[in-house]
Amino acid sequence: MKCVYSKRKGSMTLEKKEIELRVNGVPYQIRIAPHRTLLEVLREELFLTGAKEGCGMGDCGACTVIVDGKPILSCITLAVEVAGKEVTTIEGLSREGVLHPLQEAFMKHGAIQCGFCTPGMILTSKAFLDECDHPSEPEIRKAMAGNLCRCTGYVKIVKAIQRVAQNKEE
Amino acid sequence: MIPFSVIGKPVPRVEGRLKVTGEAKFCDDVVLPGMLYGRILRSPHPHARILNINLEKVKKLGGVRAVITGKDVPNNKYGVYKLFPETLDESVLCLEKARYIGDGVAAVAAVDEDLAQEALGLIDVEYEILPAVFDPEEAMNPGAPLIHDKPNNIAWEVHLEHGDVEKGFQESDFVREDEFVAPAQNHAALEPHSAIAAFDRSGKLTLYSCAQSPYVVLQDLAFVLGLKPRDIRVVSPYIGGGFGGKYQILPLDFCTALLSRISGRPVKITYSRQEVFQCTRQRHPMRIRLKTGYNKDGTLVAKQCRTIGDNGAYNSSGPTIIGRAGAQLSMVYKVKHLEFRGLLVYTNSPVGGAFRGFGNMQARFADDSQMDMIAEDLHMDPVQIRLKNARQAGETSPHGWKVTSCGLTECIQKAKEMADWDAKKQKKVKNRGIGIACNAYVSGVNAGHDASSAFVKIEIDGTVTLITGATDIGQGSDTTLCQIVAEVLGVPLENVRIMGHDTDVGPFDCGTVASRVTFMAGKAAEGAALDAKKQLIARVSELLEARPEDLEIRGGRFYVKGMPHPRMSFAEAVRASLYTKGGGLILGRGAYNPNTERLDLKTGAGNLSPSYSFGAQVVEVEVNPVTGRVKVLNVFAAHDCGVAINPSSLEGQIEGSIAQGLGYALTEDLLFEKGEIKNASFFGYKIPTTLDMPHIETILVETVDPEGPFGAKGVSEGTILPLPPAIANAVYDATGIRVKELPITPEKILGISPSTLLPL
Repeated sequence: MKCVYSKRKGSMTLEKKEIELRVNGVPYQIRIAPHRTLLEVLREELFLTGAKEGCGMGDCGACTVIVDGKPILSCITLAVEVAGKEVTTIEGLSREGVLHPLQEAFMKHGAIQCGFCTPGMILTSKAFLDECDHPSEPEIRKAMAGNLCRCTGYVKIVKAIQRVAQNKEE
Repeated sequence: MIPFSVIGKPVPRVEGRLKVTGEAKFCDDVVLPGMLYGRILRSPHPHARILNINLEKVKKLGGVRAVITGKDVPNNKYGVYKLFPETLDESVLCLEKARYIGDGVAAVAAVDEDLAQEALGLIDVEYEILPAVFDPEEAMNPGAPLIHDKPNNIAWEVHLEHGDVEKGFQESDFVREDEFVAPAQNHAALEPHSAIAAFDRSGKLTLYSCAQSPYVVLQDLAFVLGLKPRDIRVVSPYIGGGFGGKYQILPLDFCTALLSRISGRPVKITYSRQEVFQCTRQRHPMRIRLKTGYNKDGTLVAKQCRTIGDNGAYNSSGPTIIGRAGAQLSMVYKVKHLEFRGLLVYTNSPVGGAFRGFGNMQARFADDSQMDMIAEDLHMDPVQIRLKNARQAGETSPHGWKVTSCGLTECIQKAKEMADWDAKKQKKVKNRGIGIACNAYVSGVNAGHDASSAFVKIEIDGTVTLITGATDIGQGSDTTLCQIVAEVLGVPLENVRIMGHDTDVGPFDCGTVASRVTFMAGKAAEGAALDAKKQLIARVSELLEARPEDLEIRGGRFYVKGMPHPRMSFAEAVRASLYTKGGGLILGRGAYNPNTERLDLKTGAGNLSPSYSFGAQVVEVEVNPVTGRVKVLNVFAAHDCGVAINPSSLEGQIEGSIAQGLGYALTEDLLFEKGEIKNASFFGYKIPTTLDMPHIETILVETVDPEGPFGAKGVSEGTILPLPPAIANAVYDATGIRVKELPITPEKILGISPSTLLPL
């Protein structure tokens, strides 16, 4: 049995490519090796560390960012795949110090504990609420099922999302 | 009683804004100039002698800046506590042999992560494969391979006798004996372990690490690296969950430091998820044989327990954990005679360690499962038998735990009422069942270093800074500590800031373990705030020419009692103090060291904690008879955690405990094959998602603890204990199937043996 405790596959001498990434409305010209994930590029090249690596395999949702309105797992998405598309990270959700209603609700309803899953949770729920106007609790739970949290038991996360959905209706 | 202005309010987290904006920096988010990336080469064999390590090739690889093996570690022996030196048995990097799959053999630092990974492949290790053993009972057999040089691989033994257990059995109307198995569990904190070490030119080491207990890490680093404690600074950035898994120092902390010293550059190591599963720590699997004598009326008389704990390859916290299983057995329900024998046995499996519940979890499953079996024998209601035996305030348990406040009876009653127990017991719905279990837990443990300290500084703008050595790993203690300080000083919460998470700044604190932070660090913060207040009042009374006892503080202003208008603000008072001849800085200091007894490692006994928390949970389940799947519908969780300083945070701890307990009870199944975890990912290891969670009702039973800050007690760990046995009891109620080995998988419900299933 070969035991490899590896996050990465070892160095590859692949030719770097120049791509344009639009992140939070800002265009970036970057040269990257084509095997680099969007998560690596966001964190290591653009220093946007709000998206987290919890598993590196697309299982936990901590790396979620929004690409053209859809939540995606940036740890299993190559950066070159999203060239030219609009990427929103947690850093781009609040504008000029004004928090998004979901950010306010997560704070107010105690939906945050360690905070590691929080950026992914907020972005997944934002993309969901942008698409779905009157979600039921089971619909919210289904939408959030790909984002793991080990601290909260999800009770207050679901509640925060419900409150934002209700306020949107009013 | 004067109503509190900040205590008891569900205020949002003080660090909430940083966390919802992605601004909060966790260890892996930190990048230092010139930083290298390290990785650890790990043994692929569960038990092997290391004959030779050839570093020639790796040293020639461009971009590799440092390589170390066990020979480069100055004092290559560590464990959890320097306090119990007899238990230290683990090497940072193996010297003679590797004892489990994933044991560290060498470490490298290179200019990027890909290169570091490639470098590992260029280290040639020559192993002599040794016979390995994975079952603790096999490991005790004569002729079993010895993992350390301990007879029968017994790493530690705990034995406690209280009363006369044989006499107790003779005096009992009935005696029954059952065996339970509580398996391993992974902490699965969302943040993988990470550390960055940087030596500066003066020889000072700064370690950024996801450490629950920075001062514990500092002491162990000093010992192993041969450094003076004052030459080490440990910083805990925001920590992405710990649950005990980030309590103990781990090889990444040592290896980053050693690699940094050699390379002269900062070095970061972040574990992969697979490494977190295989190479950090896990809940100790335990096989628990429990014999209980009881009378016709349901009174428990005597308990005898033999527990075999699978230590894995090294001690870690095991010797302290095994005894706590015994203490849990004697605390929740009164029992006159008790004998507990706990054996901790080395195997070539991943290492057991601290995990929320700390040995109590396994014992609780056995004890509360058997309680229902006894109730059934006697045709008693499970609630009634628990009420009959429930621990009360003023009593002392066989382990010497002195109960000063106790809401256990009220917790049982409230959970029962809220769940509509009687009606549901009478009117059975097909495939549905209801069950109950209880818990008790410490608020801190005296293992010789259970102390907290704090400063409270009044700034020149009149705001307040709490400087603490405590760490918030997500439980919300930063907020509760700020609430305590705001309440004492009579200032709005937004005027209090917290600093620390850094041993150069925060004064000594033994860290986030044993449900102690709100209690112990809270007491220290309260003391520091009271001291600052005293100093302020003394200064203000001089300035206003008023008697100190006539002054009061409201909303950050000083009033003379009975006068409607404030006379002076905090800012004015501080500035007047600073700028007046003979005046000075207002800096309060506080410390707390409880009047408890130090843990006796041989018996597990001693009044370890200044206070104990209690609780009861009732659960309702539905079992699908075709698939065997258990669905938990409702949980009614009643907990006595003293006065709730922040009810929202307290609920959050209970809800999180329920999620983690639910996983342990039903879905979290670590699949071991010859010492290797075959499902070391979130794909293979199922922690609960939003879809798995039941409806939860939390019930706060507030007793006022005579010692705790504002009457508070510990909360975070005790609340995880009742759920697994409550679910097992509810499953029995629904199906008549008694599952004595967790997790309660569909296969166990349907009676399918694993061997008849297809391989994964």
